[in-house]
Amino acid sequence: MKTQPPNSTETLLEASTQFKVVRSIDKNFRRVTFGLAIGIGLILVWITYSLLVIALPAIQTFGLGFLVDSTWDPVKNIYGALPHVYGTILSSFLALLFSVPLGVGVAIFLTENFLAPKILQPIALTIELLAAIPSVVYGLWGLFVFLPAIKPLFQGLNHNFGWIPFFSTEPGGRQLLGASLVLAIMILPTIIAISRDTLTSLPPKLRQGAYGLGATRWETIMLVLLPAALSGIVGSIMLALGRALGETMAMAMLIGNANQANISWLAPASTLSSLIANQFGEASGLQKSSLFYEALILMVLTLLVNIFAQMLVSRFQQVE
Amino acid sequence: MTPLSPQSSSLGSEFALSANRKLFGKVMTGLVFTCVAISLIPLASILFMVIVNGLAGFSPAVFTELPPAAGMQGGGLRNAIIGTIITCLIGALISVPFGVLTAIYTIEFSQGNWIFKLVQFCTNVLSGVPSIIAGLFAYGIVVLTTGSFSAVAGGVALSVLMLPTIVRTAEEGLKSVPKTTRMAAVGIGATNFQSVTQIVLPAAMPFIATGVTLSIARAAGETAPLLFTCLFNQYDIQGPWQPTATLSVLIYNFAISPYKNQQQLAWVAALIILVTILGISIFARIISRRKVY
Repeated sequence: MKTQPPNSTETLLEASTQFKVVRSIDKNFRRVTFGLAIGIGLILVWITYSLLVIALPAIQTFGLGFLVDSTWDPVKNIYGALPHVYGTILSSFLALLFSVPLGVGVAIFLTENFLAPKILQPIALTIELLAAIPSVVYGLWGLFVFLPAIKPLFQGLNHNFGWIPFFSTEPGGRQLLGASLVLAIMILPTIIAISRDTLTSLPPKLRQGAYGLGATRWETIMLVLLPAALSGIVGSIMLALGRALGETMAMAMLIGNANQANISWLAPASTLSSLIANQFGEASGLQKSSLFYEALILMVLTLLVNIFAQMLVSRFQQVE
Repeated sequence: MTPLSPQSSSLGSEFALSANRKLFGKVMTGLVFTCVAISLIPLASILFMVIVNGLAGFSPAVFTELPPAAGMQGGGLRNAIIGTIITCLIGALISVPFGVLTAIYTIEFSQGNWIFKLVQFCTNVLSGVPSIIAGLFAYGIVVLTTGSFSAVAGGVALSVLMLPTIVRTAEEGLKSVPKTTRMAAVGIGATNFQSVTQIVLPAAMPFIATGVTLSIARAAGETAPLLFTCLFNQYDIQGPWQPTATLSVLIYNFAISPYKNQQQLAWVAALIILVTILGISIFARIISRRKVY
């Protein structure tokens, strides 16, 4: 829509006195929304940049050796992230180990007509609402209810299976395995919700075909539906992993915050985020800078996992 | 993929399922029901414990008194409740215009160009950014610049976390308005601005409003981003540029404190947050079913 110069033949619309104002508002409105849309992209860059600026002294001092150093000594001013990277990855891995089978199982339960929809819908709704519970409440519950309740089990593990390196230490009040179990409960709703969406969005033909060939319900699920939904389910697992890696409050409250990379799951440990939450208040100088370095590592980890997850989930949606 | 092989059915009953296949089905069904039970037990336990422990310490004083100092009796959550509301409002004030205008661009103007894809990608990635990183970001850009922990810094951190949800729900809301209404608006001579602000946005409003309330509810429970931005404050705040107490940080501080009275208040605060969040979530679900067009 090109405007003609005012001296040429004017249309009724252009002759109206308000026309220019209306048009300039329209144009600027478009520009503003355009700018903000670009701004969303810039925020990500800005976040990374602002972390990088503060982390720079630590990056210059320790370089990539930061990743494999396990010292954390504010007195000598030497810092390393190995125990925290180890704790972050191991706790997330353990959490997935528990929550993936459970989550996929519940998703199957919710989609494959085991019970009447009247019973299933409230269960599905409850699980979705549970994703909204703040992590600090999980931490509170873990601290006062879950860890005391599960301690005898851990002691039993240590007494009977102490020869397995993973259970080789006497469990204290807080330790890696307990924190990972709470983490598993926290990410369960994510896995259930997305796996369930994937399973319900499978073409009905798949089910009909399998049943038509005489497959039982479980043969249909195991041999037809799950393979077809695989990329969506893996996507949900990756998204849950992203959440588990960055989870802060529950871990800071439950993992024990010990600066060690112990082979035993029953020993206290720490994660990137729990370390930041714990030490940030008293940190200054190079220590604070190192904490931002750790945040940067965490950011890169979660970004990779999330981008990979998005690719999987979107690929699935295209197939559909 | 041959679910029904001829060998699996015996000669006599050609169409009967073999015992193995029946057993497999029963075992798997049993496993799935166990999964559901195992998943629901901890979740039910959380709700139950929060309600029981929260109600045990609940009294009207919770809303009117300041948090108790270490070792003191009584006390309430007045400043923390106010602080949570203020930080969430600041977060919404930043992220709602930002998010809604972005969504207007992607849905109304972009026609699926590269910026549309960029926004999709960035909102997805942004929603996966750990909340503590949002806190560090706000620390870097607000706390270090102004030299003080403040409710504004907390609001900035929360706005980063709220943004993806708001963009997404606003996009959904705008998409739910039929194309014909836009054509009609343009047909009677409206500019894009007029059609968006006077026709499309009002129609999408219920949708967007629920998205916004949901994201505010989520933000109310966020703790990690507030630890180094709002910090904590034993007293009432005098302005938005001061350290501010929030319910979520109070839960964290009091949960790890050795004093029974403070731990009790942590449960009460957890109950208040939980009731607010779940209440808003359920309410949002009910009203989001309404449609204007």
